[in-house]
Parts: sequence; structure tokens; C-alpha cells
Amino acid sequence: MAKPKEIANRPERLTGGHRLCAGCGAPINVRQIMSVCPGPAVVSVATGCLEVSSTIYPYTAWKDSMIHSAFENAAATISGVETAFRALKKQGKISHDMYFVTFGGDGGTYDIGLQALSGAVERGHNFLYVCYDNGAYMNTGFQRSSATPCGAWTTTSPVGTESFGKTQNRKDLAEILVAHDIPYVATASPHNFKDLMNKAEKAFTTPGPAFINVISPCPRGWRTPGDQTIALAKEAVQSCYWPLYEVEHGKYKVNYKPRPERKTPVADWMKKQGRFAHLFKRPDGEKVLAEIQEYIDRKWQELLKKEECL
Amino acid sequence: MSRKAMTGNGAIALALKQAEPDVMSAYPITPQTEIAQNYAQFVADGAVKTEYIAVESEHSAMSAAIGSAAAGARTITATSSQGFALMWEMLFIAASLRLPITMPVITRALSGPINIHCDHSDSMGGRDCGWVQLYGEDAQEGYDNAIQAFRIAEHMDVRLPVMTMIDGFIISGAIGPLEVLQDDQVKQFVGPYEPIHPLLDIDNPVTVGAFDSLGGWYFEHKVTQNMAMDKAMSVIESVGREYGQLTGREYSHFKTHMIEDADIVLVAIGSAAGNVKTMVDRLRAGGVKVGMMKVRTFRPFPHLQVAGALAGARVIGVMDRSDSFGAQGGPLFTEIRSAMFEAPRRPQTFNFIYGLGGRDIFPDDIEGAVRLLEKAAAGEEISQKRYYLNVREVSLDGQA
Repeated sequence: MAKPKEIANRPERLTGGHRLCAGCGAPINVRQIMSVCPGPAVVSVATGCLEVSSTIYPYTAWKDSMIHSAFENAAATISGVETAFRALKKQGKISHDMYFVTFGGDGGTYDIGLQALSGAVERGHNFLYVCYDNGAYMNTGFQRSSATPCGAWTTTSPVGTESFGKTQNRKDLAEILVAHDIPYVATASPHNFKDLMNKAEKAFTTPGPAFINVISPCPRGWRTPGDQTIALAKEAVQSCYWPLYEVEHGKYKVNYKPRPERKTPVADWMKKQGRFAHLFKRPDGEKVLAEIQEYIDRKWQELLKKEECL
Repeated sequence: MSRKAMTGNGAIALALKQAEPDVMSAYPITPQTEIAQNYAQFVADGAVKTEYIAVESEHSAMSAAIGSAAAGARTITATSSQGFALMWEMLFIAASLRLPITMPVITRALSGPINIHCDHSDSMGGRDCGWVQLYGEDAQEGYDNAIQAFRIAEHMDVRLPVMTMIDGFIISGAIGPLEVLQDDQVKQFVGPYEPIHPLLDIDNPVTVGAFDSLGGWYFEHKVTQNMAMDKAMSVIESVGREYGQLTGREYSHFKTHMIEDADIVLVAIGSAAGNVKTMVDRLRAGGVKVGMMKVRTFRPFPHLQVAGALAGARVIGVMDRSDSFGAQGGPLFTEIRSAMFEAPRRPQTFNFIYGLGGRDIFPDDIEGAVRLLEKAAAGEEISQKRYYLNVREVSLDGQA
């Protein structure tokens, strides 16, 4: 990968003037990823915050060609674009190279778009799918998705006398993609920009489908100050809530392993977010927090074992 | 031109092969499956340059078709019934993005209850999705419409997706005679494809499908979409004339038979038009002044031409192969009746719904309809406007 300073001087491919919130993780992730895209791209975006805020007609923040058609089908849409490219290239109607990338939020990826994503990677289209995971349907005002962490308040996993917020753990999406046996799967975080851009570059240059799940803090939905986005992403990784790893052709590599004394309790990270505030006030909160910690520790140990074995 | 024996599906797959688009994305569904698999075989045999996307659902079939067409490739798909319903959301988006995708629809009843046989509830349900809709009576018309669809969709005045219907099983699965053009004749007729603002043009990057909400241009976009639909009216005619010069089979929005002096006119769409024509001839021989109209273009609906052609009729019987729950009648009926509302001499109109879920329609059913229309033509007051042909008697209390 080129030096970060050189990359930082490259022309922007998602320009300023878009209308995402201050402190939103999505455009930070998009700019880092697109900055290492090796050539012109077609970007397909699922309905969501990124799409509505970056393409308010008649304006667009995208310097590359961009297509949005619906919520659940960004991967199917890019399948068509990528196939058209191959068809026209085969006929000699196109001579240049191009890259194909999809951005979807967790709602558009874990939930409603899972089938289209599964189909597209199974067919082996040459594209990168990026899920910017902010842990809920933030665009419509914070409804739970299957990426919402246990214990989080959302408007459809509300807190009440009978409920401490979302009662289920997150769907492990990266592992679902690993199970598709595609060439490249990774998780990433915007605070570790070198790691993220390195992974994006690998994903762009690996032939066949690639998938990156990148954490994308949402100040509005997480109930956090806008200037804490990068710090919160970092602490998510340090607590092992959001491990950084990659799976190249089935081979696991954990990219960040905190020493045991540096691995922070997940409750410390949760305490900084309003969406978990109730857990620190209600009588059943302590038990829930302990269960969440237990779950995160178990998943972390499983990941380390996968790295050893696979 | 050569003559072959083919199924309706085989005829359509052949038309698509001869047009040889850049990309096909398809998902198999009864009764369309033969098209999906025949085309996959053409690709496997290297008989076409087309790239084939074997998608995991019809929603993705239409989504991938949208991506491909927006990228700048000539793109097709095909479907039926539940598949049509599953791609519903994307049908509207394909039309609003003004992508000239073409799609044969092999009509089949919609669930529930589940039923794999023919009616028009799939395509008629999609009549407001912004696609041009052409109905064929037989395999020949299915073949001819599938070829003309490219020219209509891609015409610079139109740039709308086009779906071409044939009746599931009745036509799609039945073997019949087919006049086949040479490959190069089809290619020449269809011509080269010129994409507009393709995503793959790296010198002119473009954003497709922007957010166009309050304060935007959504309303204006919808109005221009309808203007394009209006323009499609004459393009369908000119393409149909040109196709006639090539093949001897000229196409317009509808065909009439024995209509000039007819008091009674039956209007039909799809394969039943053949049955109706046979019955018109038989009843004419018996002295009944009956004629018929076979509708080809349902969207845009050629209401002025229809009203002109039906101006002499005293009574019109409209035959619908789909119902519209809670409406005044089936989709074809409401169009025809609305078209006749401002006629100088407004005819009486009756609706005959038949064939749901593949139920047969017999000569006696059609004759029964005409006998009823004869009474109306003779001045008898008949208040009931909607009838179901060849249906068993049922009631809401569960007693058959």
C-alpha cells in the first residue's frame, strides 16, 4: 500500500457537501476505502443514510459512477453492472479496467439484503461488498436490525419494565460470508486507517468477490457526541466487541490482539453510549452486562482458535 | 424465412437468441422455465455472445437487469406469476430509470391458492408499473412481439422497458407452427444498441437512482415518464409496420374481425382471441351481427383508436382473464368502458371473466355470452354487468 500521506493527497472520490450527520462513520469509511481503489469504479449503494445523503437530486457527492435502485438488492444490482462490463469488454466495446464496489448499511446487508448478497458472492462476481455497520436502521430513526448488539435500546427494541432493550446477540455476518468460501473476507474499523485501507486494497485487487464489514459509529443512534466516533470505534476493537481479522482463501488472520491487560471491559465502551444507559441503572442491568461480556469473550476465544486451526 | 414447429417458449427463446442481447439475468419459474433453460443452453453452446446471470430470485433478476442496463448493456429477462410479483418493486424502478429492458412474461395465475396455470393476474396486476405491455395470441405473436420489443424499448422517444405476454401452458407449452426469420434479419431489424449515460463510461461518470424527495423533481419525473408512454403509442405502430414489411405480418395496437356492421363486439386479449374468432364466424353463419377486437397493446392503452373502432357497436362484451377485486370489472373491461364513455353513441358494456387459474373456456361459454349480449342489443334491460364463464356456483356461506 502507498504511504498514507500520499493517499491523503489523492483526489476525493466522495466529495464534501453531502448531508451525512457530523461525526457519522459512513463517509469516513467510504473515503478511506475509495482512496485505495486502483481505478475508476462503479459504486452500488443500498437505500440508507449514505445513499439518501450523498445523492440528493440534482446533486451527487460521487465522483465515480454510482447506482442506487432499492434497499435489498445492492449486491444484485452490482452483479448486473459487473456482468455488463464483462459482456462489453468481451466484445471489445470497452478497453479500460474498472472496479465494482457496493456499500450497504447493516439493515441492507444483514437483514433485507442478505439473500442478494449471498447470491452475488456465490456466483463469483468480481466486486467488493462493504457493510458499514452502525448497528441499527439509523436512517429511519433507530430500529433494531440483526446487527444491533444485545442490550441496546432502539425504537423497535425499546426499554420498558419488561424489556432491557434488544434481547438477542448480533448475527455473525463475516462468518456467514466466510462460509461462502469467497477469496477475501475482513472486518475493519476507521480508527485503524492503515489496516482498513490495506484490506480495501487487497479486496479490490483480489479477483472474485470480497467482503469487508466495517464498524461505523452513529452519533444519533448510539447517543454519543459527534467528536467521539473514532474513539468509540477504537474502543470497540480494544474490547474485542469488534475484532479486526481477515480471511484470505479460508486462512484466518487476527490483525489486532490486545494483551490481556489491555483488553478493556465491554461495559466501559457501552457506558459511553446513551443506547446502553438503561443497563447501568436498572436492577437486571448487571446480569445483562455480565452475559454480554461472556458472549464477547467466547466469540473472541473462538476467533483465536480459528486462526490457529484454519 | 423458414417454418418450424415449436412451443411458445421455444419460439420466444429463439427470438431472444436471434436478437442476441449482451446480458440475460433469469430465474426459472413455471411456465417460463423453458426460456431460462433454453437460453442457458445457447450460452453453454457458445451460440450467443450473451453473458447469463443465473440469479437467486426474480427480485435479483430484475435488479441485475437494472444494473446491467444502466451499465450500458442490452439486457433481457423473462418471468411468470410469483416471479413477476416478486420483481414488482423493481419493475417500477426499471421504468422510472427509463431502462429499455425487455421481458417476455408467460402469464400464470397468482397465488393463492397456488395454481400454475394460465390467467392474466400477474401481468394485469403490473399494468401500472410503467412498462409497455404487448399481448400475443399465439407463439408467432410471442416471437414477433419479443423481437419488436427491442425496437420499441430502445426508441429514443420511448426508452421504457417492454414486456411481451403469451399465455402460460396454452401457448407456452403447446407446439405449433412458427414462421422464423433468419438470424441476420432479426439482428438487422433490431439494430445496434445505443445506451444513454451508461455507468461504464469512465469519462462521464453518472449517478443513477438519486434521492428525489420533497423539494425535488419526483413529480416532474413521473410526468415525463408518462409522456414517454404517450410517445410509445406511435412508435409501437411504426415498428409494427416496419416489421410487417419484413415479414408480411403487420402489427398495430389491436386487430378487428367482422366489426364493420357488428351490433355486438367481443373484446378479448391473449390466446382466447382465437376461440372468440372461431365463435364469431360460427355465429355470423347463423345470422348474428357479431364481431371482435383482439387487443395487443394494453400499455399504453390505445383508447382513442379503440373508441374509433368500436364506434358502431351497440353492445360490447369484454373478456377478461383476470379479475380485479372490488372494482367494477376486470382490467380490460374498465379500460374499454372508459374508452367508450365519450363515444357519440355510448354502447352498453358487459364483462365476462373467464379462465382463472387455467379454467377452460368452451365454445358454449362464448356463445352464452353472445346470447346475453343479443338480448341487450334488442333493448332488454340487463342490470348485471359482470359474469363469470364456466364457473361452478359458489356462495359465501361455504355451500357449493
